[in-house]
Amino acid sequence: MSHEAAAHQGHHPALAHHFDSLAQQTEATTLGMWVFLVTEVLFFGGLFATYMIYRSWYPDAFAVASHELDVVLGTTNTVVLITSSLTMALAVHAAQLGQRKLLMTFLILTMILGGVFLGIKSVEYYHKFVEHHIPGPGFQFEKEYFRHAQIFFSLYFVMTGLHAIHMIIGIGIMLVMLWWSWNGTITAEYSSPIEISGLYWHFVDIVWIFLFPLLYLIGRHAH
Amino acid sequence: MSSHILPKRVYYTIFAILLFCTYLTVQIAFFDLGALNTVAALSIATFKATIVVLFFMHVKYSTRLTWAVVLGSVFWLGILLALTMSDYLTRVWRTYG
Repeated sequence: MSHEAAAHQGHHPALAHHFDSLAQQTEATTLGMWVFLVTEVLFFGGLFATYMIYRSWYPDAFAVASHELDVVLGTTNTVVLITSSLTMALAVHAAQLGQRKLLMTFLILTMILGGVFLGIKSVEYYHKFVEHHIPGPGFQFEKEYFRHAQIFFSLYFVMTGLHAIHMIIGIGIMLVMLWWSWNGTITAEYSSPIEISGLYWHFVDIVWIFLFPLLYLIGRHAH
Repeated sequence: MSSHILPKRVYYTIFAILLFCTYLTVQIAFFDLGALNTVAALSIATFKATIVVLFFMHVKYSTRLTWAVVLGSVFWLGILLALTMSDYLTRVWRTYG
């Protein structure tokens, strides 16, 4: 960096030399993150399309199988994740104002809430193992829906599993952001790393906003 | 650096609306509305996603290019879901011949 700094005297150390200004650089990073999120939307979109097809084929089996999920734990996790989105938004706010301590506090809170979400999720997975609701040779379910309930649970594990992997990656990103906040890389002028990490975190929240009603809440009234 | 720094109040308001919508979607799920159950659940989820995108993700205050990319993702997701279902849902129509 030292030769760059010499070549661009008076420039912000975080400004890459191919950008005119930090504002332009932030615009480009935001756009780049959004382009990545489009690919993520379509990545999850394939699974949602699969869900739509099978649910339109086997609506009864899906309703009965969905009823086996714990709606209290699911709702709790929804609240936990929405709260983590709030702390993430507040972290971005603190970063934009250069409030380093507050920023670090909110990043840690976001990570803790992400951890709570994953903890509750693993409790749910454990229940499913105990109840033999894992698709495969050990699967047990009422005879009428035996085959098609396995499709529901396959989708449940793949969709929530992929979502959980995104959460784990998100917590990893937050760890790096915490490190960058700690060592002074993040400033009021250069808060875009926090902003685009926030975009990722909110995206993962949005995926859950759709997963929750589609997996936990179908056929609640009927059975 | 963003040109727009939103007041914290905005985030708290959005948070409260998101919590209320979560409560609403769970309550509605326990009433039998027939096909409307799914419509209600997806409408509420779409509304929640929209306010997250607009305010938490600052798209409301982003450049037009960002808007285009965000709307593009919705559009292509729409193609994926609509064309897939236009095939699967119309297969039962094949009764002639």
